[in-house]
Amino acid sequence: MTDLLFSEAEWDFATLDRTYKAIEEIALNDLKLDVYPNQIEVISSEQMLDAYSSLGMPLMYNHWSFGKLFAREDTLYRAGYSALAYEIVINSSPCISYLLEENTMTMQALVMAHAAFGHNHFFKNNYLFRQWTNAEGILDYLAFAKRYISACEERHGRDEVEAVLDAAHALMDQGVFRYRRPPKPSRERILEKRRRRAEYEEEAYNELWRTLPAGVDPPASPPTLDAEDDFGEEMKLPEENLLYFLEKNSPTLKAWQRETLRIVRNLAQYFYPQRQTKVMNEGCATFVHHTIMNLMFDRGLISDGSLLEFLHSHTSVVFQPEFSDPRYNGLNPYALGYAMMSDIRRIAEHPTEEDREWFPSFAGSGDWVGALKDAWANYRDESFIEQFLSPKVMRDFRLFALFDKAEDSTFRVSAIHNEQGYRRVRSLLARQYDAGTADPNIQVVDANLKGDRTLFLEHHMHRGVPLHHTTKDLVTSHIETLWGHDVVLEEVAD
Amino acid sequence: MTHFIDRRLNPKGKSLANRQRFLRRARNQIREAVQKSLKDSAVADIAKERKIKISTKGTKEPRFRLDPKAAGERDFVLPGNKEFMPGDEIKKPRSGEGGGRGKDAADYAEGEDDFEFVMSQDEVLDIFFEDLELPNLVRTTLKETPNKTWKRSGITTAGSPTQINLIRTMRNAQGRRLAMRRPKLKDVQELQNQLDLLEREQPQSDDTRERICALKAELAKAIARRKWVGFIDPVDVRYNAFTEQPVPTSQAVMFCLMDVSGSMGEREKDLAKRFYMLLHLFLKRRYEKVDIVFIRHTHDAQEVDEQEFFYSRQSGGTIVSTALDKMLEIQRERYTTSDWNIYAAQASDGYTQSGDARRCVEMLNAEIMPLCQYYAYIEILDEREMEVFASEDSGAELWRAYRTVADVWPNFATKRISKPADIFPVFRELFKKAEA
Repeated sequence: MTDLLFSEAEWDFATLDRTYKAIEEIALNDLKLDVYPNQIEVISSEQMLDAYSSLGMPLMYNHWSFGKLFAREDTLYRAGYSALAYEIVINSSPCISYLLEENTMTMQALVMAHAAFGHNHFFKNNYLFRQWTNAEGILDYLAFAKRYISACEERHGRDEVEAVLDAAHALMDQGVFRYRRPPKPSRERILEKRRRRAEYEEEAYNELWRTLPAGVDPPASPPTLDAEDDFGEEMKLPEENLLYFLEKNSPTLKAWQRETLRIVRNLAQYFYPQRQTKVMNEGCATFVHHTIMNLMFDRGLISDGSLLEFLHSHTSVVFQPEFSDPRYNGLNPYALGYAMMSDIRRIAEHPTEEDREWFPSFAGSGDWVGALKDAWANYRDESFIEQFLSPKVMRDFRLFALFDKAEDSTFRVSAIHNEQGYRRVRSLLARQYDAGTADPNIQVVDANLKGDRTLFLEHHMHRGVPLHHTTKDLVTSHIETLWGHDVVLEEVAD
Repeated sequence: MTHFIDRRLNPKGKSLANRQRFLRRARNQIREAVQKSLKDSAVADIAKERKIKISTKGTKEPRFRLDPKAAGERDFVLPGNKEFMPGDEIKKPRSGEGGGRGKDAADYAEGEDDFEFVMSQDEVLDIFFEDLELPNLVRTTLKETPNKTWKRSGITTAGSPTQINLIRTMRNAQGRRLAMRRPKLKDVQELQNQLDLLEREQPQSDDTRERICALKAELAKAIARRKWVGFIDPVDVRYNAFTEQPVPTSQAVMFCLMDVSGSMGEREKDLAKRFYMLLHLFLKRRYEKVDIVFIRHTHDAQEVDEQEFFYSRQSGGTIVSTALDKMLEIQRERYTTSDWNIYAAQASDGYTQSGDARRCVEMLNAEIMPLCQYYAYIEILDEREMEVFASEDSGAELWRAYRTVADVWPNFATKRISKPADIFPVFRELFKKAEA
């Protein structure tokens, strides 16, 4: 065949480009994907390790925890315990994907389809990413953060900065707004501040100062109302975003420390949608690469050998060990996401009676692209599972639900993949993916500002599950560092 | 529209700053681990990359986590049901063993997890030096790599014209010419002569004309072949290859002498080991080849291997001079002064049989010191004794005796130590020489 895009494992830039164009053609015309412009970078394994250890971002401020992560990954990699990821993709515009130089050409094609089109489409279209993250601005913001933190290190010393970052990292999970958009620094407040200052200057103005001989300065300007001393004026309680609360209200933090908290908080918020859409994001990318690679094969663009190599890698990605398997490490988001999305296609094209009953809205419609694009755009893991997990996928995965009470010595099987159990298994699984219930619900309830400045936090226990006690104490002491006074964390039953 | 960017040539070590921060953060654990690792490693292995295992204490990254094992209730969904029906009871796995709890268990156990990573040679040395409180200049001297020189290393097919190996090249060319049957110039001339002779013949018979034709054809073929098979072809050319090699300085032998009688405990031996390590490190930088000889002694001296030297214990009295005897014996047998630089390092707790010290001094003055580049003696005391012997002049018999040797020989160093930081001054003279 002469149409093959490539026939050997070796790749070069011309082949990459040719292949990219073929993939793009399929992605845009057949799958009707809508993507940010792509920027594809080829990197070495050491650079991949670098990228790993800075949360996959091309730029990141310096912190020892990233060094620790690198040391660990490096050791595992050298010992051969873990292979490197084939790709890393960054939710930014242009969307940056990293290809590992050691990949074969088939793998590069797979990775481009997976990252540059699958993930990219998801980032651009999913409502969580659209609402909460700013793909155009993230790289600039990281550049700012890196500069800012290193300037702080220079001015205030590494230890000082490290202490704040340590504490802020410990609160990253509690540093996101779950239900409302982060409040913009209210315009009114800024205006009000300027007005008050102008008033003061007017009051303090005295004609006499104009008569001073040259070279003599009037008395120093009045103390300004800066962020360091107007804390606590309008605490809105209760507050679930601990980092936000501390940034705005801590009585001891200096301006640069508040800015540092803000940087960590913005990062946490940036990554929050990714945590809520793991199944969907990976499912989407896996489904897209699977579809594109198969179409390329059908059109004679890749060889039998490539297809087999691709399938081999694809199958290991979507492998789901059973719960009793020693390799079991939770549900594999690639496997679940891919299975559900393939199932949506099947339901749209060849529905069974059962599917028609469960998914009347699109069963048999034939428009699987439309159905999937709707799902990718408007759901997160929790709602996606609640809405689209079909009985067939539950049977394929043999999902079953367990009820666990801490005092009991046994788990009770509460539902399995049968007629009576489908709905229950489905909503329990959906809840398992709800970041709102998986993360402990901790709120600031009160701060004793007039007295000893004790800060009161409450953990609202969901179904009586308490915090893990050692980490609870450690994190609480981090909060004390930031608050500067005692912190009381109480666990209350719902 | 799409950009492919080749980042492979970008500078590496982007996370170096993070690594330094991490090493700094985990300083205490790392130092402990390095010291332990040094203790278990051979004297000669000090300057090597090594795997370090530290506890995660101090580098914990705690987050709030739920603990459903402690109290409360929850539901969770697992894949791979085989035989369970609703209402079945499943025994909870013990302490997170097996099943779906594997991950949870690993999460909760994180606190006690040890953390293993690889430290480079420089990072290890930094920590080793820090303990010994070496001056910075000395540190850099020790870390310096020795000079290199170019040495011939065979023949290659690529190189610069100035490095052509003529003999090899011509030999290859000749072989190729033979194999390809390149007509020699002599043969061509022969043909030409024959042709000329025939052409001059008058009158020419048919037979002659035919021969002329044949000869002409043969001659043309030969000339063509000579063109086609060159005298020298690029495939024949060989170059001399050179590789970089460390400058061969001379060789040194290091005698480690130690008193292993009952009074030398764990602590004393550990201090002695660092003393030997530092000397070895120094010698390693100055000499291409360093041999180490371990001699232990009680009332009798033996040459032993490193393992035995540091870890086995013997009972008996203490006669230091036996070790000196042994050293001289070995030196005479294996390390002639014309080929070897001789260094000696002796560690002891300062006790020897009365009268023996005088014999030691005699041997040192008469025989040993003239042979040695440097002789370092350390007396390992505990902190309390250190206070008692605050003055250099007071001390046990051996100490006082050795002081007299030091007065005579500038390359004889003595020092009392009770902690690692005391070791370096013993070598001060030695390093001064190295810097100069």
